[in-house]
Amino acid sequence: MNFKLKDIGPQLITVLAVVLVFGFFTYNAQVNMENRGIDFGYGFLSQESSFDVQFSLIEYDGSHSYFRAYLVGLLNTILVSVIGIFLATILGVLVGIARLSPNYLINKFAAFYVEFFRNIPLLLQIFFWYFAALRALPLPQDAEAMFGISFLTIKGLFVPAFIWENFNIFFYSIVAAIVAIIVIRAHAKKVQETQGKQTPVLLISIGLIFILPLLSFLIGGVRLSFEVPVLKQLATTSFIYEGGVSLPPELIALALSLSLYTATFIAECVRAGIQGVGKGQKEAAASIGLTQNQVLKLVVMPQALRIIIPPTTNQYLNLTKNSSLAAAIAYPDLVLVFAGTALMQTGKAIEIVSITMFTYLSLSISISLFMNWYNNKIAITEK
Amino acid sequence: MFKYLKQLTSLVAMVAVLFTFTTESMAAKKSKTLKNTQKKGFVRCGVSQGLPGFSNADAAGNWTGVDVDVCRAVAAAVLGDANKVKFTPLSAKERFTALTSGEIDILSRNTTWTLSRDADIGLTFVGVNFYDGQGFMVRKSSGITSTSQFKNGISACTNIGTTTELNMRDFFNSRGISYEPVAFEKADEVVAAYDAGRCDTYTTDKSGLAAQRTKMKNPDEHIVLPETISKEPLGPVVRQGDSVWEDIVRWSLNTMIEAEEYGITSANADMMKTSDNPQIKRLVGAEGEMGAAFGLDNEWNLRIIKQVGNYGESYKRNIADTGILPDRGPNELWTKGGILYVPPSR
Repeated sequence: MNFKLKDIGPQLITVLAVVLVFGFFTYNAQVNMENRGIDFGYGFLSQESSFDVQFSLIEYDGSHSYFRAYLVGLLNTILVSVIGIFLATILGVLVGIARLSPNYLINKFAAFYVEFFRNIPLLLQIFFWYFAALRALPLPQDAEAMFGISFLTIKGLFVPAFIWENFNIFFYSIVAAIVAIIVIRAHAKKVQETQGKQTPVLLISIGLIFILPLLSFLIGGVRLSFEVPVLKQLATTSFIYEGGVSLPPELIALALSLSLYTATFIAECVRAGIQGVGKGQKEAAASIGLTQNQVLKLVVMPQALRIIIPPTTNQYLNLTKNSSLAAAIAYPDLVLVFAGTALMQTGKAIEIVSITMFTYLSLSISISLFMNWYNNKIAITEK
Repeated sequence: MFKYLKQLTSLVAMVAVLFTFTTESMAAKKSKTLKNTQKKGFVRCGVSQGLPGFSNADAAGNWTGVDVDVCRAVAAAVLGDANKVKFTPLSAKERFTALTSGEIDILSRNTTWTLSRDADIGLTFVGVNFYDGQGFMVRKSSGITSTSQFKNGISACTNIGTTTELNMRDFFNSRGISYEPVAFEKADEVVAAYDAGRCDTYTTDKSGLAAQRTKMKNPDEHIVLPETISKEPLGPVVRQGDSVWEDIVRWSLNTMIEAEEYGITSANADMMKTSDNPQIKRLVGAEGEMGAAFGLDNEWNLRIIKQVGNYGESYKRNIADTGILPDRGPNELWTKGGILYVPPSR
């Protein structure tokens, strides 16, 4: 009995202390709010928000609820994070490999990029890209058309909108192609394992992903047309593009600075991963007759990824959390829309901040879980 | 006899001490904020992050402006020195939380008095020190001279967390104009983005537009449109639940406005003590007990006028002479065609 108490005693005390501290703060907040006549509650979420948001992925205006405003902010946060993670990963991998290049110029250029961008505070970089871009970009009326259909201006990037006919058929054709590729890959693996015969899976896959959607155009009745943005005059010197899709410069600047910054860290992860695979491994692989590509694909990458994935997960989480700096340059993310405007209009500080914290926590944990799953999947299983 | 006298004197002394203690701290006891302020030795005042004419810090860190003067007046009344103020610059988003959490004791930050703010979020507005209204600024070269020329697709730069955001929606919606709101957290970024050409118009309170215009690269290229789309009574705010402190701030502001009405200035305040007008004498602490109810001495209002000046002096020094809004408009005394009208100090 005594032995057990000694064992769990410190843990019990810790739990008690945590509960007491939380209890104290909750009680304190309650008393203070009561004294100042502030109500606590989440009822405001269903009230009309009565403010507009610049950029939204779902239909929204001020007549919708605060909850809808929350969703708008959340989706915008997710959008910029996904774009940022995508670009940062591509750039990071390229730069990471470039740092190992025997070519002096490429090598040093990559090293310079990494050292430069990871050593300047992110907020400054965001301001730099935003205000530098604003000063450098042309007014809508002065913009040169890119490929004759897109315009990059101080008011944003205006691109043609896709107008689909029978979009669902096109969508199904892509789904069918993906399913077919998965089946063929599984089959090819089986053939390889049982008969030792290799199938050109990559070529077949590329073929499928192009041919099936193409067929949907030719015989499925799918039509695609473009709505090109058209310049419209608002006043003597004030113009805007109408029609098409517009991406606000705030989104572009934020995604650009987030990915340029995070890519430096990912590049270092990639370099560490590749350098972490022993030289003997490559030589051994070459000695049993694997081609250069096979060495990379079958020997180096599986071992390198094991080293790369965990620290890269951290960088993905950092990027997502850093996206909250959006508020500085008017990109309507969760912090600006919900923890900013909505908090101000309702005065529900504790409720809104707690929801926002919980949301970021959930986002981070989701990314973390996914990356852990992926990490486990590629982990080397001892046989 | 001598023995009794000694006892009597100590008794009298004790009673006297007790009385002075009770009279001095009656109000102070009721007002935790007053007590804390006197203990700390400075007034904690929340101001803007830089709005010329209202609250703006120079290179040496000295704050000036009509909003700043309200805090200085309270410091003069409560602590006897208008310079004993600690200013905390706050964004529009932070301001109410800073006040309700007790980080500051007065919020004097061009804040609009509205029903929901007064009733909902644990705040009390004590008065109005500037009557304002929301307007629009555009580039002169755009050829726009009235809001009626606004067209679908116009982009408008503004601050988040302000009544401006809501008024803007009401304005554009009621006219059926689609617009792009570009909302920043800090005023400096709004100005920079508008100045760079990101937005066609910049909207906020007209006083703010006039003040920010002075920060533009070339102020002459911009005009403020004549229309006013909202009522924006700006004034100091205190926390709910300390009515003595609330009264001190309210009457510090009222004293400044009433002093102008009776022609009392920082220069002539001392001489006014011998005035024939009892109302003037009350305002300079020469008649009546005008400070006791706040737990202050009788010359609290005299100190405000002497150290900070009356409202007219403050306006002239901060807003008119700096070229922001030379014309006082509605912020003129009711006796001179404006709407500044405060209850009498008596």
